[in-house]
Amino acid sequence: MKLSRVFAYAIRHIYLYKRSFPRLMEVFYWPLLDLLLWGFVTVYLAKNAVPGFVAFFVGALILWDMLFRSQQGISVSFLEDVWSRNLLNIFVSPMSAVEYVASLMVISVVKLLLTSTVMITLAWVLYSYNIFHFGILLVPFIANLVIMGWAIGIVTTALILRFGQETEVLAWGVALFFQPISAVFYPVSVLPPPLNTIARFTPSAHVFEGMRAVINTGTFPANELIWAACLNLAYVTFAVAFFSWNFRVVKRKGLLVKIGE
Amino acid sequence: MIDMKPLVEVRGLTKSFNGIKAVDDISFEVYEGEILGLIGPNGAGKTTTLQMLLDLTTPTSGEIRIFGLELASNRALILGQVNFSSSYISLPHSLTVRENLKIFARLYAVAEPGERIAELTTAFEITDLLDVPVRRLSSGQITRVCLTKALLNDPRILFLDEPTASLDPDIADKTRAMLKRIKAERGLSILYSSHNMQEMEDISDRVIFMDSGRIIASGRPSEIKEKFGGASLEEVFLKVARR
Repeated sequence: MKLSRVFAYAIRHIYLYKRSFPRLMEVFYWPLLDLLLWGFVTVYLAKNAVPGFVAFFVGALILWDMLFRSQQGISVSFLEDVWSRNLLNIFVSPMSAVEYVASLMVISVVKLLLTSTVMITLAWVLYSYNIFHFGILLVPFIANLVIMGWAIGIVTTALILRFGQETEVLAWGVALFFQPISAVFYPVSVLPPPLNTIARFTPSAHVFEGMRAVINTGTFPANELIWAACLNLAYVTFAVAFFSWNFRVVKRKGLLVKIGE
Repeated sequence: MIDMKPLVEVRGLTKSFNGIKAVDDISFEVYEGEILGLIGPNGAGKTTTLQMLLDLTTPTSGEIRIFGLELASNRALILGQVNFSSSYISLPHSLTVRENLKIFARLYAVAEPGERIAELTTAFEITDLLDVPVRRLSSGQITRVCLTKALLNDPRILFLDEPTASLDPDIADKTRAMLKRIKAERGLSILYSSHNMQEMEDISDRVIFMDSGRIIASGRPSEIKEKFGGASLEEVFLKVARR
């Protein structure tokens, strides 16, 4: 693993965002839209005697968006290379598939920082909501959501590599699939039994349960964090192994040169 | 070729897709300082061969050694010393030419990338395009930028797939002249695939003629013409393609 190559390729995406208005919109517009829509819903609910909902909803929304942006940072950045017919240039260079994925992780963090800064600032200005009231717990919350986003993004990217550009819609929709079972805006106990069981194996569900516990009781159940971290470790390991295996299959089937055609 | 040493050694290379052999038990060498042309009709197996030599496609069987090293187990070391260009690939459209070249200079760990970029862009007459986004370039200009990228790391072997397909005759001629000059000055080896038979005759020291995944002839262009009784490689190509 050469860090110089990882960072070299991360810079490629920074150049891209510097002058692309649609891509900057992707970073700022959707989060802003999400925040306004859900923020006003939250304010409405708070005014209608639903105590604690501002902290509950806005905090959940910001944290969910971090997972979503983390996944997109991987999948959409990969698609940028497909769309520009640049993928072969990368894979005839010394850069390995794992280094490539690592560079996508770096850029996903950069995009996440930009998006989060906007969302957190707007939440504070518009709704007087300060996400930092979670204190140091914010770090493991975010870390777990980012890692889960990476795992989803890596698997999605592997599937697009394997099945071609027609599956690129996965890049936009797969993370949303996890939203109901992540119990972002309601407790896991609300879910029917089968989904409740699935939620127990979803790292983000543990993060959001933990977040609600902090808001409701002021204390964080450490077991939720441990569950989330262990599940994430397993899932991201699986995702990288799946990508590596899939990359070998793609090369064996001669599909690497077909993608983007 | 007696005094030259092979940089690329291919032995019994085969690639099957769903039981159909795209490349069928081919063996050849690319020697130091030679331009080896890969010719043949569509579906002959040229592109699949190039892909296997660049580790983009895994062979079904056979051996590929580059610089005496087995490709699959020395990928990063080997690919750092070779490069590739094709008229069928491009570069990130929103980045400028300079940004793209800087990225690839980093990927190939090029020492003094600024000087190298200046030298190559001057040679390819694209210095005025350095700060232009790739999306604004013509296909011919993109091809020249891709060729510049392919020479950034001062490769020992260059793999070129139809590199002049989208160039006008003037730039195509200049490109061939530059490749020949680099070959002469630096002993660069080039594996060159093209459907332009006149170009292949002009630039190649040797050619490999492929058909249906097999090598049906190899040698100097004059030897190939003699073997098939054609006045030019074009004539030979048409004979083989239409038989």
